Amino acid sequence: MKRVVITGMGIYSCLGQNLDDVRDALYNGKSGIIFDPTRKEMGFRSALTAKLEVPDLKKELSRSQRAFMPEQAKYAYCATVEALRNAGIDQDYLDAHEVGLLYGNDSSADPTVRAVDMIREKKDTTLCGSGAIFQSMNSTVTMNLGCIFRLKGINLTVSGACASGSHAVGLGALLIQNGLQDMVVCGGAQEVNPFSIGSFDGISAFSVRESEPTKASRPFDRDRDGLVPGGGAATVIIEEYEHAVKRGAPILAEVLSYGFSSNGDHISSPNVEGPSRSLQMAIKRAGIDIREIGYINAHATSTHVGDAQEAKAIYNIFGERTVEVTSTKSQTGHEMWMAGSSELIYSMLMMKNDFIAANLNFENPDEDSAKLLIPDKRIEKHFDTFLSNSFGFGGTNATLIVRNM
Amino acid sequence: MDRVELISQLNEILAQEFEVDIATITPEANVKETLMLNSLDVVDMIAIIEFKFGVKIPATELSDIQTFEALYDYVFQNIKK
Amino acid sequence: MEREELIAKVNEVLAEEFEKEVSEITPDADIKQTLELDSLSLVDMVALIENEFGVKIKPSEMPQVKTFGALYDFIAERMA
Repeated sequence: MKRVVITGMGIYSCLGQNLDDVRDALYNGKSGIIFDPTRKEMGFRSALTAKLEVPDLKKELSRSQRAFMPEQAKYAYCATVEALRNAGIDQDYLDAHEVGLLYGNDSSADPTVRAVDMIREKKDTTLCGSGAIFQSMNSTVTMNLGCIFRLKGINLTVSGACASGSHAVGLGALLIQNGLQDMVVCGGAQEVNPFSIGSFDGISAFSVRESEPTKASRPFDRDRDGLVPGGGAATVIIEEYEHAVKRGAPILAEVLSYGFSSNGDHISSPNVEGPSRSLQMAIKRAGIDIREIGYINAHATSTHVGDAQEAKAIYNIFGERTVEVTSTKSQTGHEMWMAGSSELIYSMLMMKNDFIAANLNFENPDEDSAKLLIPDKRIEKHFDTFLSNSFGFGGTNATLIVRNM
Repeated sequence: MDRVELISQLNEILAQEFEVDIATITPEANVKETLMLNSLDVVDMIAIIEFKFGVKIPATELSDIQTFEALYDYVFQNIKK
Repeated sequence: MEREELIAKVNEVLAEEFEKEVSEITPDADIKQTLELDSLSLVDMVALIENEFGVKIKPSEMPQVKTFGALYDFIAERMA
């Protein structure tokens, strides 16, 4: 089995549009959550969301290229440009090699809604515009990145709800381990427009702590009242180890393992058994002693049931207060299809800079989180191995374990 | 709307939408070449002309419209309907 | 709308949506248990009542509406 290393990262997040800004925001405990008044006008129960602006790519891409890209493809483009640059990969390299593409995405609501509205109003489908169909499909991100960067390896979108970004990296790692790809551009992307999460707001999943937006996302805290939707994109470039060495690539870390499972239970409410198996599988396949894990980046989204179940699973496996656990969603909100990849990057930034960002708003534990070691202030700590969880609707679970190099 | 005004508006809209210099749009110039249209872009050109002028150019008529002059003629003739 | 008519209509729409027999719906019966509602299908019941009768049941009001009898009262009061 070949070894898998991370050689490039790029991000477009509410914490920053590049790695340095994001690192600083993590370090300083910044929150990217805001109150968006238009959502209230639209009839949303919660107007909270992450602050993100769609980049203007007129200078970078032609009109034709931009016509096919919904907002999340633009975020993914920016994140991928940064990642490729950091990995020392130029277009000549991409033209000469078969580089794969596995990106997480599970919706593209805004273009779909606009096209349907147009058809209903004008009773003429040709008025939707040439880009509409390409923007509306779940695979819009990989379609666009594959064409813009002229990628020639595997090319598809990984849809696994809120575990999409994690599964994308995991599946890419499996391909590399088995010698089927030398390099895969992985990641996760998430649209933040109101249409995309209106019906999610409708099942009362979001926090309504609108008077204090930066305090609304409070994973593990006793007084949490729901998640805050966020988004953007994150790209992680993974590569076969020998290949990276030969190329003189910057080798940042090794993906030790990918664990996964399905709960086989309720569509939105997680159990403990399913996520536990994902964690255990990752730990077993990494071939490490769990005491080597110096930080756990939890999935914890600030929901009552979800955080509690994950806390139980972590406690069952790791014991009481043995390793620091935080959820970076306290700063970013729930980045959904992007989360697995972005949280890998947040964890990497912490590992490379010897700190663990504070789990914001962790003011009072509940009976489950009381058993975990959750720093409510930033701590300066050197660690070399971390574990990252992502769990999604439908009971899909993914766990990644990464070691410093 | 008179023909002069139509031409001016149409040129401006097309130049902006397809991000070309308005000076390149001349009556004898070829529409597809000047605006650098592939088949998908043509869909967008038809859409924008319908939005702005209420004139729908059917696919069957498209092959007869090679130059901007021909485009002006078609839109102007159909604009009142 | 007369109360009898209201009751019949409520029973009919709920039975159809949640695929139960109208005969299972009695005034003292617990709504969640009878219709087998979890937190997600509860959202659907609230939406259905709003669409059919124009009456919105707010989350804070849910505890008042445990039985079908309580539901009929709730709707009747707000339709008046």
